[in-house]
Amino acid sequence: MIELKVMIVFDRVSKVYPDSSVALEEVTFSIEPKEFISIVGPSGAGKTTLLKLFLGEEKPTRGVIYYESVNVHALDKKEINEFRRRVGMVFQDFRLLPNKTVYENIAFTMEAAGRTDEEIESDVPHVLELVDLTPKIWNFPRELSGGEKQRVAIARALVNEPEVIIADEPTGNLDPVNTYDVVQILKKINNLGTTVILTTHNKGIIDSLNGRVVAIEQGRVVRDDKAGKYFK
Amino acid sequence: MFWMKLKRIIRTGFFNFWRDGTVSLASVLVMMVTLMVVGLISFSGAILDITLLELRNKIDINVTFVTSAKEEDILNVRHALESLTEVSLVTYVSRDEALTAFKERHSSDQSILSALDELGENPLGAVLNIKARDPSQYASVAEFLEGGNALSSDGITIVDRINYFENKAAIDKLTHIIASADRMGFALTIFLAIISVLIAFNTIRLTIYIARDEISVMRLVGASTTYIQGPFVVVGIIYGITAGFLTLLLLLPLTYWLGSTTESFFIGFNIFSYYLRHFLEIALIIVASGVFIGAISSLLAIRKYLKV
Repeated sequence: MIELKVMIVFDRVSKVYPDSSVALEEVTFSIEPKEFISIVGPSGAGKTTLLKLFLGEEKPTRGVIYYESVNVHALDKKEINEFRRRVGMVFQDFRLLPNKTVYENIAFTMEAAGRTDEEIESDVPHVLELVDLTPKIWNFPRELSGGEKQRVAIARALVNEPEVIIADEPTGNLDPVNTYDVVQILKKINNLGTTVILTTHNKGIIDSLNGRVVAIEQGRVVRDDKAGKYFK
Repeated sequence: MFWMKLKRIIRTGFFNFWRDGTVSLASVLVMMVTLMVVGLISFSGAILDITLLELRNKIDINVTFVTSAKEEDILNVRHALESLTEVSLVTYVSRDEALTAFKERHSSDQSILSALDELGENPLGAVLNIKARDPSQYASVAEFLEGGNALSSDGITIVDRINYFENKAAIDKLTHIIASADRMGFALTIFLAIISVLIAFNTIRLTIYIARDEISVMRLVGASTTYIQGPFVVVGIIYGITAGFLTLLLLLPLTYWLGSTTESFFIGFNIFSYYLRHFLEIALIIVASGVFIGAISSLLAIRKYLKV
């Protein structure tokens, strides 16, 4: 049985692609509420596949993923949309909507969640203040630097007050200064009570966080340390 | 909630149309080509109809009666012909009228006129000019006359000749051409319509292909299918409306020019005055086609990227 205090469970999850390549094999671990967990491993280890399975973008070949005791892959289309609104996402390549301003990019997430115009007008400037981007509110993504784009992405992930933030290699395209900023923002978000799942292969970040580290290699969990370093 | 969502979808559609200026311009131009084809199809339909009607009206048969035939007997034949369903019009030309017309036709040829004078009497028989409802029905009209329906009260045939048998080959050929032109016109219309709709569909599909990453991001932030699809459909509709109005505008000088240059060729049909007379009807067809093609293309093209 799943313990009640557990938020997310990967229960013997395997993913085999049609070309027979094994992306994940028998992955089992759980995440508690308000935890900051780093998933590390070399490129191609299966980190991104793990997140795609969690978001319902792909289905596991075997095994089950639970979110608050509910099997994510048993949700219908409408329920999966509702579930995704409870999760904030930050990607390595930012994935902002290029034809929308900073304000509209963030507002879109709120509109998708059915929030009112008044809520949007008051929350968007507030969340931009949190990531220190108020002066860029009416700029388009092409007018921003990499670090600024990633902060917009974080603001977008945050604005619906999600229970979990997933950051997939968020610092992969950033210089050390912006990397530091992004990690600090993620730590701040976690301190405010949001669960953070971070995938990275940046050793410096992991060592500085000094939090839980799950290491994946060739699709298998090879290490799960409560206060780990990149290498043991 | 519904109205709020609808308002946001329409607003986003307008923003996307405006901000993606180059893509929008290209799509509108391609859509204009499609709608121009739709417009020309409705013109060519009218041109074909009117030209064929004119051709049909030009076909007739003349029954020439012997000079000794009594007018009363001829009028009886006329009456019998008029009661046939195949016949639309029968005109009677008396012997005197035939002679006057003949003299008029040959007024410059003195030798013919003097020959007529020498004869001393009218050598021409009375004529019934018959127009059938359809060119293919002349055969049965001619058979009717041959089959003993044109006899005098004494039972002697009063028909001198029926020019159907002289013109049969020409009438048959014309009937065949008219039928083929009808069929060809229809097939060509369908063919052109399909090609142009496919071109418009593919253009819109490309614009959505460009946006496929955005669509997946929208999916991942939990946007519903309607909320993602909606603005794309709105953009498709705007393409249709804009292209529709531009096409209508462009057709004005085009038909004006075509109208004066082709009027003699199309036997009295002026494409420009036809366009002005049927403007509302044509505008409705063109704009509605644009809206329909734009919306349906967007709906179909986006489905592929919504599977995430």
